Amino acid sequence: MSKDSAKGGFWKRLVSHQMFIPLVALILLAVINLVHDPSFFKITLGTNNAGFPVLSGSLITILDYGSELAILAIGMTLVTAASGGQDISVGATIAIAGSAMLRVLCGGDSRPDALAAPIIVGFIVACLAGMACGAFNGMLVAYFKIQPMIATLILFTAGRSIAAWINNNELPIVPDPKFGYFGSFIPGIPIPTTVFIAAACIIVIALVLRFTNLGLYTQAVGINESSSRLNGINPNFIKFITFVILGLCVAVAALIKVSRLSTINYSVIAKDIEMDAILAVALGGNSLAGGKFNMWASILGAYIIQFLTTTLYKFNVSSDALAAYKAVVVIILVVVSAPVFRDAISKLTKRKAKTQKEVG
Amino acid sequence: MASEKKKASIFTRLSDTNLLLIITIVIFVLMYLGAVLLQGGGFTKPQTFFNILNANAALILTSCGMSIVMITGGIDISVGGVVALVSMSCAVYLDHHNGNVFVSILIALAIGLAYGVVQGFLVAYLDIQPFIVSLAGMFFARGMTTIVNSSPFNVENEAFVALKNTRINVPGLGSVNKKGVYVPAYVEIGVVVALLAVVFLFFLLQYTKLGRSFYAVGGNKQSALMLGINVKRTKFLSHLICSLLAGIAGYVYFLHVGSGSPSHASGMEMNAIASSIIGGTMLTGGVGNIIGTLFGVLSLSTIQNIVASAGLDEAWWTGITIAAMLCIFLIIQSVVMAQKKRALKTN
Amino acid sequence: MRKIDKSFPGVRALQGVDFTLCEGEIHALMGENGAGKSTLIKVLTGVYGKDGGTISLKDQGEVTIHSPQDAQNLGISTVYQEITLCPNLTVAENMYIGRTKGTIQHWKKMVQDADKILQNLDIPAKASQQLASCSIAVQQMVAIARAVDMDCKVLILDEPTSSLDEQEVEKLFGLMRDLKARGVGIIFVTHFLDQVYEVCDKITVLRDGTLVGEYEIKDLPRVQLVAKMLGKEMDDLSDIKSEQNTYQGDDADTKVFEAENLQSNAGIKPFDFYIKKGEVNGFTGLLGSGRSESVRAIFGADRVLQGTVKKNGKVVKIAKPLDAMKNGIAYLPEDRKVDGIIGDLSVRENIILALQVLTGFFRPFSKSQANKFADEYIKKLSIKTASADTPIKSLSGGNQQKVILARWLLTHPEYLILDEPTRGIDVGTKVDIQKLVLELASEGTSVTFISSETDEMLRTCSRLIVMRDRKMVGELSGDDLTQSKIMSTIAGGESES
Repeated sequence: MSKDSAKGGFWKRLVSHQMFIPLVALILLAVINLVHDPSFFKITLGTNNAGFPVLSGSLITILDYGSELAILAIGMTLVTAASGGQDISVGATIAIAGSAMLRVLCGGDSRPDALAAPIIVGFIVACLAGMACGAFNGMLVAYFKIQPMIATLILFTAGRSIAAWINNNELPIVPDPKFGYFGSFIPGIPIPTTVFIAAACIIVIALVLRFTNLGLYTQAVGINESSSRLNGINPNFIKFITFVILGLCVAVAALIKVSRLSTINYSVIAKDIEMDAILAVALGGNSLAGGKFNMWASILGAYIIQFLTTTLYKFNVSSDALAAYKAVVVIILVVVSAPVFRDAISKLTKRKAKTQKEVG
Repeated sequence: MASEKKKASIFTRLSDTNLLLIITIVIFVLMYLGAVLLQGGGFTKPQTFFNILNANAALILTSCGMSIVMITGGIDISVGGVVALVSMSCAVYLDHHNGNVFVSILIALAIGLAYGVVQGFLVAYLDIQPFIVSLAGMFFARGMTTIVNSSPFNVENEAFVALKNTRINVPGLGSVNKKGVYVPAYVEIGVVVALLAVVFLFFLLQYTKLGRSFYAVGGNKQSALMLGINVKRTKFLSHLICSLLAGIAGYVYFLHVGSGSPSHASGMEMNAIASSIIGGTMLTGGVGNIIGTLFGVLSLSTIQNIVASAGLDEAWWTGITIAAMLCIFLIIQSVVMAQKKRALKTN
Repeated sequence: MRKIDKSFPGVRALQGVDFTLCEGEIHALMGENGAGKSTLIKVLTGVYGKDGGTISLKDQGEVTIHSPQDAQNLGISTVYQEITLCPNLTVAENMYIGRTKGTIQHWKKMVQDADKILQNLDIPAKASQQLASCSIAVQQMVAIARAVDMDCKVLILDEPTSSLDEQEVEKLFGLMRDLKARGVGIIFVTHFLDQVYEVCDKITVLRDGTLVGEYEIKDLPRVQLVAKMLGKEMDDLSDIKSEQNTYQGDDADTKVFEAENLQSNAGIKPFDFYIKKGEVNGFTGLLGSGRSESVRAIFGADRVLQGTVKKNGKVVKIAKPLDAMKNGIAYLPEDRKVDGIIGDLSVRENIILALQVLTGFFRPFSKSQANKFADEYIKKLSIKTASADTPIKSLSGGNQQKVILARWLLTHPEYLILDEPTRGIDVGTKVDIQKLVLELASEGTSVTFISSETDEMLRTCSRLIVMRDRKMVGELSGDDLTQSKIMSTIAGGESES
């Protein structure tokens, strides 16, 4: 009897653990791919056009393209935790930050022969642009008390237009091949650069969470704003700052995105990425209503999303139709994690257990 | 001091809904007058005004649905996607399968209804945030649109083209064109549908139990429950109506453009939300008015026309002006309500 | 003429409670906070489902009530303590919504009818007015008007008088007697004993979720009623004050904190205030009289409009809670759920929160340090929790309150403000908290203690500040500290009947 209940306890703990759903999703995806095409897991060392050694394979693609999503997920997790809402303007602000960066790097010339400013200056400008957008969103949310999703809807609509306006609707091309390293490979290193950038971001956020009270404050504000105010926390400022941090993450993602092409396409760059970033947070088992969060689960979630995307591509789903499949995944996820649904399920299982007991 | 107090009392006596409605109408009138003064010519012709209606009949319908959901305290950002999905589905049915116009209307309604049932169920009975549900709905609709057909095309179906080109003359209004011929002002069928919907919804919101329940639920969910209102059903119905209107809007849009395309109605959800907010619907729920929403749409499209005729016809200006207007209105709402609350507190 | 009979075994909130209401009687439901009165009422009105037991009505026999709608249809209408109307609708709509038949609402008729009822009841509001523009008292009256107009057989009034003034209460009582004469059964929940003895016929007493008994009003004198409500623990409580030593330091007479002409935006009149080292004082007054608003102003929780706060004679600037905390003030808020606990966070995190904020953003406690703090106070206040990692929301009310108390004690405040620290918690914890207050005071901490229960205040405080209509109206100390004197000061100088 006691052994039985211990077993039940273990299962219950396993199922209710935050990492359970993301890990199950990961395993499920891996199995599907294994059955469909085992070559999915092959990693080969080849050479790229420039003759440098590079690793290639689906898993590498996932790590590569999942990185920018993971970086966004970091900021999105904090915003979600503090304000109980999501920022849907990240795609558009990537366009803004990227456009600002190009404007600086190319100096307003659409086909420059040399960089108008060092790459680092371009990146700093992108960071400033990203943080400015974050500050704008944060101000509306924190000080004007507008729901996050609505407040960010403003930049969601206007963002890509603003991005086009920054460069007079031209598509400047960065002349320096070094700029392309951020989105692909550094010569001689076979691992995609994005992996290093993501690792750096993850280390930074880990240090921040370890050596400041950011985690405690954001969770406290997200769970009970009024109470945290009475404990000396400034909830408005915390909300504001999470949006600014997200802006910084957006700038890093913009660097990667723009670097991949060395140019920008205002209406297509980072399209629908807000959906993936929010999905990453939700897939990580974090409540979209704010409060407690687990950063690592969100980051894992981001890579799982990329896993899903890559898998769908392997199944010959066109990039336009991708959204429909992901939407179905989102709905399944939110339904499964909805408290009402969970209650109903637990009631059902209880009843089942009861009838079993009676039979036994 | 005394006058200040009186002002405050008028300010507080107006209901939130009426206060915001008045602001909206005043702004629209000022804007239209401004347009007439600045650009003259075009804006004085009745047809200019009716063209605004013709082009925005679908937006009026989606905005009305959006207002109802927002009054109930929710949001639905899938409407643009639904419009695109409906027009693509109907286009494919009519053109590739040489379908019947009447059946195509049924298809539009069915898509709207299905969306409403699913989204309404998820929001009301499973208690999932409406934004997430409709965000997924939006992506699903957009994805489905490309799955149905990935490239844009014009519909040549004869019966449909005839319906599309039907013009209804507005009696008593018209203008004399360059050749000196009197041309009566006209509206398209979609406008009639949209205006009928506005009248019907106005009646629904003001004079029926269901309509008032929308306001009650949006005002205070808990209280509404205590007052004996079926909160879940009310929420469900608000989403059902909204999606159904989106389905109708999809057909009206289709009727206006006569083609199917995955990029149709892109950003329409945004315009609908903006129109509702400009029309005085509060995001927090419980406050709003269909007539206001109508004026919201008109304000929005007038400013677009002004922007276009001012020579700023680059595509990005539209996005920026709408966003700027929305931003201003959101801040006005936030400030006005904070002021009002303070005025009440000190009374 | 049995009408309702029910019992709910199971959950702690209510254990097998029976309750009977007859036609044409006013029945008081009494009990301390947390005794289960509200739960009982919410089960009866369908807000909560019941886990067991039955509810039956005279004509229908056994009935099931799943929602407030069901209750309304059965003729049970309720006026809650907190206003449960929709502020964005008009007065008339609030009176009729959710209970009209047919889909179309006849506006004009509705407004006319509503105006008539409002006139009959002397409620100073227009039917076409938006509810939000009425005062809280008027809103409460509208809620009552709604309930009265519903042609109900059972009317439940859950502490309806807490926001009404005396005249309004009189009006309400007149109304209740009217309804009683018409054969309506009324359940009346209140904290004011006078009111019970003025209008009620029967009393049912609950304690800790169980039924103590049902009594005819004439068979139960006041003293016994109080004893029944408190239970036998009353003896334990009576003399804790004398057991404790008062603070004996040399600086016992210095005023640690002083406030001059202080006013916040929460709608209180400017007030002066001081507290000495090691003193326990209290704010008393009816609900909504401005007790909480006053202490919140001192703590900087509401926006301060004017006035100064002095610490040891020197002016300090307190614009936000953090300023107050830095000056050694701690504030345990009135509403534990809304302003106190951070539900999903662990007991440990809840305990260290205030000290952590004081220590600074860039200097988080190490895990071992946080555990040390948490364990120390879990032991010290004997907080019952599975571990320090348990989320605070899964603790009982009393233990949650202890965690919040631990949070503030950890900051070693010079001045501790306790706003209703004993609300909704079990008697044992109440005694613990009161003892703790006196102990802290004897060690030199100044404490302000606010409670709705006057005897609690009498037990702990050496000086009482009386509030009425958001204004300070008196100060009592020494021999003036008696129940009757407090009552008369609250009532405004009129002698108690």
